[in-house]
Amino acid sequence: MIAINNLHKSFGDLEVLKGIDLNVEKGQAVVVIGPSGSGKTTFLRCLNILETPTAGTVAIDGHMADFSKSLPKKQIMEFRKQSAMVFQHYNLFPHMTALENVMEGPVTVQKIDRAEARAKAEELLTKVGLKEKMNEYPFQLSGGQQQRVGIARALALEPKVMLFDEPTSALDPELVGEVLQVMKELALEGMTMVVVTHEMRFAKGVADEVLFMDAGRIIERGTPQQIFDHPKEERTKQFLNLIQNADTI
Amino acid sequence: MYLNSIFTNPERLERLLDIAQSSFLPLLEGAIQYTIPLTLISFTIGLILATLTALARISTVKFFQIIARIYVSIIRGTPLLVQLSILFYGLPTVGITLEPFTAAILGFSLNVGAYASEVIRAAILSIPKGQWEAANTIGMSYSQALKRIILPQASRVSIPPLSNTFISLVKDTSLASFILVTEMFRRAQEIAAFNYEFLLLYSQAGLLYWIFCFLLSLVQGRLENRFDRYVSKA
Ligand SMILES: Nc1ncnc2c1ncn2[C@@H]1O[C@H](COP(=O)(O)OP(=O)(O)OP(=O)(O)O)[C@@H](O)[C@H]1O
Ligand SMILES: [Mg+2]
Repeated sequence: MIAINNLHKSFGDLEVLKGIDLNVEKGQAVVVIGPSGSGKTTFLRCLNILETPTAGTVAIDGHMADFSKSLPKKQIMEFRKQSAMVFQHYNLFPHMTALENVMEGPVTVQKIDRAEARAKAEELLTKVGLKEKMNEYPFQLSGGQQQRVGIARALALEPKVMLFDEPTSALDPELVGEVLQVMKELALEGMTMVVVTHEMRFAKGVADEVLFMDAGRIIERGTPQQIFDHPKEERTKQFLNLIQNADTI
Repeated sequence: MYLNSIFTNPERLERLLDIAQSSFLPLLEGAIQYTIPLTLISFTIGLILATLTALARISTVKFFQIIARIYVSIIRGTPLLVQLSILFYGLPTVGITLEPFTAAILGFSLNVGAYASEVIRAAILSIPKGQWEAANTIGMSYSQALKRIILPQASRVSIPPLSNTFISLVKDTSLASFILVTEMFRRAQEIAAFNYEFLLLYSQAGLLYWIFCFLLSLVQGRLENRFDRYVSKA
């Protein structure tokens, strides 16, 4: 479903991604972990071309983008449609209700008939447990609710791949579960997803593969058991120690 | 003394009331025929111009940036009266003759365009980058994101400063009297030239401007409330 080849990204002189290779099969959930500044966010953003990679190729469901050449706008837009991003800070549209947020993509971008888009949006919001909150504005929703609207908004475009960038890290602890639950259901339904998160339980319970990223490279990859219980690389061990210690303080 | 004479001389008071009454309609007519249309048309054209200028300023194309900067700099750096004079009295010498009303519309629109562009630019830049990204990730193009996501939020932020621009414009239209547009203030001048009651007529015109601006500030309040429905009152 996703084939990433030698992906590079620099900001000026700062090389943030130093050649990422990755294949993700259809229906797989991949969790990316790694220290702050290692390039996890940048990596996800490159897959949705919110950042333009400096070199490398990415193919999603057969749509290929070669970043060694400059891409025409049309091709970028087409490529972007293959995936959708869920943001750490939700980034809902504050001037639209939950329902309008979810309808916006189908109506404005896909030019789907309003009534049809509305029915679909209602269905999605019901699915993420927000049937009662459809007509609320984002400021009237809790963080967990906002993030679930964010997920519904991304799903409305029927992307092939869902990208999650620390979707629960801005949430109060008691709200994390409701968002992870929605993500877990998505994974079980067979959605292909790439998730940056430090939620170990989610990674262990849902991920097919865990990647450990450091300084712009994938240092180690494997099943959750391999990475969390028997990490091979020294840096992976150090990092896991750090986050596990933080949990027990 | 003026005030003295009003109180000691009942006939004088009566004359003043008569004049005030008979000049009210002509003044109002000047407002309805010219002051109000001038304001509304110039503000509308000005806002379109301002939005385009703001977009040019924040675009990545150097050429657009420079054109926009020069335009704003010239308009903000020269007096409105000079601009109107150039348009109406100056251009005919190079063969371009404009009707007074046309020249006024042109002058005021260019002015609103320049001043409001700075307001709109600041408002657009105040919208968090995450809003652009959210728009992009659901597949929107630049113009769709601008129209559906960015400008609606930017308009909320710009209502108070744009209301200022609008209210200034109402008052600035009095300068059109100088290029022979018979708007409200010119009517007052004409009537006063006839009966020499300058204090009365200019005060009357002033009062009407004040009433217009007061009504506008009420409209501003309502607009702000409407746009604020989606922000937390906390
Ligand atoms: N737009 C940008 N311009 C310049 N440098 C950037 C930009 N975005 C990210 N960086 C830099 O790239 C590096 C990787 O950032 P990134 O956000 O991808 O890390 P991360 O792994 O997501 O970290 P965190 O866990 O803190 O979210 C950092 O050094 C950051 O300062
Ligand atoms: Mg990050």
